[in-house]
Amino acid sequence: MHIPDGFINATTSLGAGAVTLGGLGVAVRRSAETLEDRQVPLAGLVAAFVFAAQMLNFPVAAGTSGHLIGGVLAAVLVGPWAGALCLAVVLIVQALFADGGLTALGLNVLNLAFAAGLGGYLLFLGMRKVLPKTRSSVVLSAGVASGLSVVLAALAFVVEYALGASVAVPIGTVAGAMVGVHLLIGIGEGIITAMTVSTVMSIRPDLVYGARDLAPHTLRTSNPAAPAVEGLR
Amino acid sequence: MSSNIKLFVVGGLLVAVALALFVSPFASSNPDGLERVADDRGFAASERDHALKDGPVADYSVRGVANERIGTGIAGLIGVILTFGIGTLLFGVLRSVKRVPEPSSEKPA
Repeated sequence: MHIPDGFINATTSLGAGAVTLGGLGVAVRRSAETLEDRQVPLAGLVAAFVFAAQMLNFPVAAGTSGHLIGGVLAAVLVGPWAGALCLAVVLIVQALFADGGLTALGLNVLNLAFAAGLGGYLLFLGMRKVLPKTRSSVVLSAGVASGLSVVLAALAFVVEYALGASVAVPIGTVAGAMVGVHLLIGIGEGIITAMTVSTVMSIRPDLVYGARDLAPHTLRTSNPAAPAVEGLR
Repeated sequence: MSSNIKLFVVGGLLVAVALALFVSPFASSNPDGLERVADDRGFAASERDHALKDGPVADYSVRGVANERIGTGIAGLIGVILTFGIGTLLFGVLRSVKRVPEPSSEKPA
């Protein structure tokens, strides 16, 4: 759901650009504070993987397709702030491919990196709180939260459309249509995210930011002798 | 960086390259959710041309490559290389910036 040039007027696009710049500033600061050495190439990989995955449009309904946003996937793998920066990198590179308007870049980063990425990560954290501390909870939470994150991005677009639509269309019908189709796309987002997180959890669970709270014995099943100390790290 | 992580990153990159190069040419070319809503609700016409619409890799096709699928795959490969390069550079800079003030401005927690 990359907004092209022209859908949203200049004032709203500029406003969104300002909010996005502020958000990226926070993301840069927080990432610089918390990023570990080993996460540097990992975050680069996440950006590259999200770029590739976003090219894979899957059919969702007659004549309509959708593709991964990857905001929650990135946040769960490298943390919410670094994840948002990954999405921003993806969106900037995509602009070179004329995918997503240049004047809409702020809007698109706002919707995909922050509304879907950060918003969806909060949903992920909420689910993690309720569910037992297991690996499958991490996968399930990532899947469900990422699916809903697509709707969050759709709602962000609806707000922007209400504020600055270039063409007057009743906002209710746009909202209904956006939420409806993006619920369907969200199913695909959830499946891809859950599969990817599950795969990384099975190869290198220690690299999954969103699973850092799991005790080592939960992560390293290969070593049953590891001390089962709750909250060791 | 442990070589284990290098191995993981290289493996992950190979997956991303394979997806971009070999799978993306066969992705659905139907309009996505937003394009569909814009068509159905009558605001698709408000779209303006992208400033880079005549760029060398506009719309994920590569200028000079006639075959659409091959062009898409190459565009995907270029994108994966660019995102990994820019991403790793950005996070590398962020990681090193953090270290500069650390020894000098150490305050009691």
